[in-house]
Amino acid sequence: MQDIVICLFASSGFDKGAQGLLGAARRLADELSSALRVIVIGTGAEAITSELAAIANFVIVADAPELAEYQPEIYLNVLTQLCRELSPRGILLSNDTNSQEIAPRLAHRLGGSAVGDGIGLQMQGDKLRVKRQVYGGKAQAIIELQRYPAVVWLRSRAFEPAAPSGTSGEITRAALQVNLEVPTRIIERNREEGGNIRLEDANVIVSGGRGIGGAEPFNTELRPLADLMGAQLAASRAACDAGWVPPTWQVGQTGKKVAPELYLAIGINGASQHIAGISEAKNIAAINIDPDAPIFKYCRFGIVGDYRKVVPLLRDRLATLNK
Amino acid sequence: MNILVCLKQILDPEVPARDFAIDPDKRQAERGSANLVTNIFCENALETALQFRARTGDIKITALSYGPATAEEALRKALAMKADAAALITNDGNPNPDPLTTARVLAAAVRKLGNFDLIMVGREAGDWGAGQTGGLLAEELGLPCISFADNIESAGGKLRIRRQTDSGWELLEAIPPVVLTISNNEHNVPRIPKVRDVMMSFRQPLTKWTVGDLGMDVAEVNAGDSYYQVAELFIPTKEAHCEFVAGDTPEERVEAFAQRITAVTSAI
Repeated sequence: MQDIVICLFASSGFDKGAQGLLGAARRLADELSSALRVIVIGTGAEAITSELAAIANFVIVADAPELAEYQPEIYLNVLTQLCRELSPRGILLSNDTNSQEIAPRLAHRLGGSAVGDGIGLQMQGDKLRVKRQVYGGKAQAIIELQRYPAVVWLRSRAFEPAAPSGTSGEITRAALQVNLEVPTRIIERNREEGGNIRLEDANVIVSGGRGIGGAEPFNTELRPLADLMGAQLAASRAACDAGWVPPTWQVGQTGKKVAPELYLAIGINGASQHIAGISEAKNIAAINIDPDAPIFKYCRFGIVGDYRKVVPLLRDRLATLNK
Repeated sequence: MNILVCLKQILDPEVPARDFAIDPDKRQAERGSANLVTNIFCENALETALQFRARTGDIKITALSYGPATAEEALRKALAMKADAAALITNDGNPNPDPLTTARVLAAAVRKLGNFDLIMVGREAGDWGAGQTGGLLAEELGLPCISFADNIESAGGKLRIRRQTDSGWELLEAIPPVVLTISNNEHNVPRIPKVRDVMMSFRQPLTKWTVGDLGMDVAEVNAGDSYYQVAELFIPTKEAHCEFVAGDTPEERVEAFAQRITAVTSAI
């Protein structure tokens, strides 16, 4: 079979990531003249089936009570079972932490191959090629998968959504044998307070780096600015590693991959690893004391100066302009 | 308890973009003047293991690397950081083996080295960043895997593993043996080894095996591309041109900057 299958975690809903994932998969399936099947797993699956069926040919709902919340070994077993029955050509996932955890193992169990953080997809003959950033964003590579099914996790927000087809795909409920005897189990789930929960979906992001100099200014300087701009707060790896802000705030190659309309980088030097996480941002702006900071190479506009002086002035101006 | 930490030696990812060059034909980065370093997440993994040993005691930590002869440096550093033993599987083939090849070599080395309760790898490497070694190694060994872990505690024969998620963190209970991929947090920043320990590390034994010693098909491993191949490697061109806001005073420049910001945000 040549079908394309999506494995989607229902907990995020039909967000920008899910929409991009559906769009990328729909176009790939059309290119292969094949069907698109979505496996949607976990609590909340039922709530988004109609949106999924408006784009996909088939939607398989896996929302049995024992699948309510993510458990790595159980979800992997279930997705392996379902994908094996469908024997698809390609399996696409988003780039959330759960998808990244599952994808290589799913590929291995199905005798296929995986590649991740894809920002482009193309067929080359009968092989799937995936574009991705490498060397911390300093280079890009085209990876050609050799074993099938191809399991690809995508930087899904970078992909255009698909328009609804006007007809509804077929919706079925997965019949499953779920083995609950697994060697690992999530026993506690914690959400970071202060809510950077949807950083990937934010329209405006204010982000601080090493130049901020401590935890305190994130609260006293950056947060009021972010509030005025309707922005979410984020940080570079340097600021997270220093313990100034939680790791969930981290943007970059190994943090969140964001795609806002505006990304304002404050006291961020702009190492390629950081740029790799913001390459899909529509507008990048920076405040930095060093006119030669690499961040300015990626900016639409920038201001050279000490953020301790610039940010208070900026808050005043924005407060006036907002009125 | 036995812990294995896998380490990858890579081209220093901190090398600035202007000094970074690639060989498009070989589809790999040029060495240039860049240093070779241990991948940071691998060092985060080792640091996490060392701290766990310090809290728990009675743990042997073995460092393992699959790489060129120079990867011995990464293992010597691991010994200097106070890993108990080290083993190098020398790679004489494809300098950029695909993730399945790496996982198979590491799995073969694990079987030869003995039993481990915990196998730890970095969540991804700073060069190719595939993020697959841990998951594929777990599958090769038939073990469970927990990704993006950043802390380990012992809990009555079981392990309590903290895992970073997109929105916060989770606590998992795991029955060993288990494979962990380690992410960074403020607590597992790798220690700097003492000068004396660095000197001592060069006198410590270090196991060296070839892929052949592991009983593997040397030609297949050295080709290293049955899982995926790098079809192209290139440096993307940047299109942005930064407009530094104009003004004679800081106030004027900030005014212009605020106008630019408002122009973007009001259009959303």
